[in-house]
Amino acid sequence: MTNTLTSNITEQLPGVFEQLLANRKSEEPTSLLTQRDEAFKTFLQKGFPLYKTEEWKYTNVAPFLQEAYQFSSPAVADEKVKSLIQNAIPGGLDAYTIICVNGVYQPQLSQAPATDHVSISSIKEALQSGNYAQHFNSNGTTKHTFEQLNTALFQEGMMLVIKNGQEVDKPIHIIHVYNHAEPLFAQTRQLWIAEAGAQVQIIETLVDATENGAALFNNNVTEIMTESKAELQHYQLQTAKSHVRIVHQTRIHQAADSTYSHFAFTMSSAAFTRNNIDVVHLGQHTETNLYGFFLASQEQLIDNHTAIHHAQPNCNSNELYKGVLMDKAVGVFNGKIFVHQQAQKTNAFQQNNNLLLSEGAMMYTKPQLEIYADDVKCSHGTTIGQVSEEALFYLKSRGIGDAQARNMLVHAFAFDVTAQITVPAIRKYIEDMADQYLDKFANN
Amino acid sequence: MLNIKDLQARVEEKEILKGINLTINPGEVHAIMGPNGSGKSSLASVLAGREDYEVTGGSVTFEGKDLLDMAPEIRAREGLFLAFQYPVEIPGVSNMQFLKAAMTEHRAHKGLPPLSPKEFLAYVKEKQQLVEFDTQLLNRSLNEGFSGGEKKRNEILQLAMLEPKLSILDETDSGLDIDALRIVAAGVNKLRSKDNAFLIITHYQRLLDYIVPDFVHVLYNGRIVRSGTRELALELEEKGYDWLKEEMHLQEPVQ
Repeated sequence: MTNTLTSNITEQLPGVFEQLLANRKSEEPTSLLTQRDEAFKTFLQKGFPLYKTEEWKYTNVAPFLQEAYQFSSPAVADEKVKSLIQNAIPGGLDAYTIICVNGVYQPQLSQAPATDHVSISSIKEALQSGNYAQHFNSNGTTKHTFEQLNTALFQEGMMLVIKNGQEVDKPIHIIHVYNHAEPLFAQTRQLWIAEAGAQVQIIETLVDATENGAALFNNNVTEIMTESKAELQHYQLQTAKSHVRIVHQTRIHQAADSTYSHFAFTMSSAAFTRNNIDVVHLGQHTETNLYGFFLASQEQLIDNHTAIHHAQPNCNSNELYKGVLMDKAVGVFNGKIFVHQQAQKTNAFQQNNNLLLSEGAMMYTKPQLEIYADDVKCSHGTTIGQVSEEALFYLKSRGIGDAQARNMLVHAFAFDVTAQITVPAIRKYIEDMADQYLDKFANN
Repeated sequence: MLNIKDLQARVEEKEILKGINLTINPGEVHAIMGPNGSGKSSLASVLAGREDYEVTGGSVTFEGKDLLDMAPEIRAREGLFLAFQYPVEIPGVSNMQFLKAAMTEHRAHKGLPPLSPKEFLAYVKEKQQLVEFDTQLLNRSLNEGFSGGEKKRNEILQLAMLEPKLSILDETDSGLDIDALRIVAAGVNKLRSKDNAFLIITHYQRLLDYIVPDFVHVLYNGRIVRSGTRELALELEEKGYDWLKEEMHLQEPVQ
């Protein structure tokens, strides 16, 4: 396996960046251009994350960067894209749809909520209007290298603002479509603001329209601000094909009394998935829920890194990640919880459970708690196990076949995560996707 | 129905069954008694197809077919049922979903379509009355947090629903209070017919007061050492197993 970047991507990037700046100079506000410039300098200093550095100890990204990537591709919304959008909508889901093609919002393909409830604009407009500028590329904690690259290179970006006190009546389903003939390194950027008291459920799906198997490396950054008393549920449905490589970074800032719930479901064939979630509490009485479930097979690499910064007193966080690994798949979980000195009366719970269905599968898991306050309740636990032979025999002794019995036990294993889903159509979709995935594994 | 000939089996290196012979015909209730460690539960496990056991000799036919050649789920679909001594708790699998999956497999094996949700519910309702099984338990995770009595009643509910030809009750009386024992026994008695058969494995004769067997066998050290009628069970109850051990040890070396 390749450990160093011998490809020309690192050499290629300065030229790509110069070109982008030249194109954008006339249309983007100076503040954005400055931020791009700084981000790119930081990226050049650090480079792509090196295998064996602490944050990437078990995840070697180098093999996925070897393609002759292009850094942009025109957003073509052809008939193929339209039919893929239809297929990407879970059966029975009644939701608004927001379609982005290669990171660019497509109003004519979307069925967006009323603009007095939810406004949609580009990052450029967000910075120009000024009100939301502070939430873009916000400082707080250390940024990831891929995040810096994204700030430097993202094309258009999309900002969603859920307006003050609005309870959006249906979930909003954002479908990110990628349409390209050559290998594409897509830097996509989102900024979501749930204003004070707003309530919304947002579902995200990634669809790749490529038919020739040209690789897609999607480096996405989503920054989320939940203002006071806002409630945001965020479902990431990762179901991409094998030529897709994903680095998804979600950075959340929560004001007082807000609730953010994240559901990361990875049931894809994507060769590589890295999810980073960083949560910072800005106010008291906030609640954070992070739920994850993934299925990994063949030689897939699925890596979930989460960090929750309890920086304020009286906040709760609850984290439950579960993984099922087959064949020669590799899984990584790293869950950090920081309880700052002033964050008294914090409740922070974290659990990571993994099921290995094949001898060659591997799971690396590392819970990390750093507690500087003295009046808190925190716990963490992690397990790596196998299907219970006793449970399997019990099911078989009632006439249930081996494959179905295993399938039932995997569903049962996922149950505490799937039971948290509040959109019935999504729950059904996840269970059906899991069935299909496991059937494929059983028949291999 | 069931024909066991010179059945020998071991777990890892330990010989557990050392030549069992037993024939069960439709309509019969057989009881197997014996001291702890005599091989009673092992016999049940071997018949149900538990993988830990290796059959080293002999044969078992069930309805004329080679039972030992079948996977556990096929044995179940062919009409063999084991009521577990320790029913397994499976969090996340609902009792209802489990019963439905089992029913669907059994019906498919007979070439029948699955029951409609309405038919299924009516069927469960009919059968659960037999063992006074609480409806709330049906919607809970399989056996999770059930009391000992609730777990055993759940076993008999499954038995009632799947209508097996041969039911093996492995120490169903263990962990049951007298009321639960009566309910379970009454359920079994209602299910007895001229076409099905029961093999009741028990340490105590107490259960046999409620489910009266046609034949009683005493298993000791991996062999059936005595067979008789119900009176044999009463004799064991009165005299315990020690006389048996003494008698047997005169004939073979102590292990």
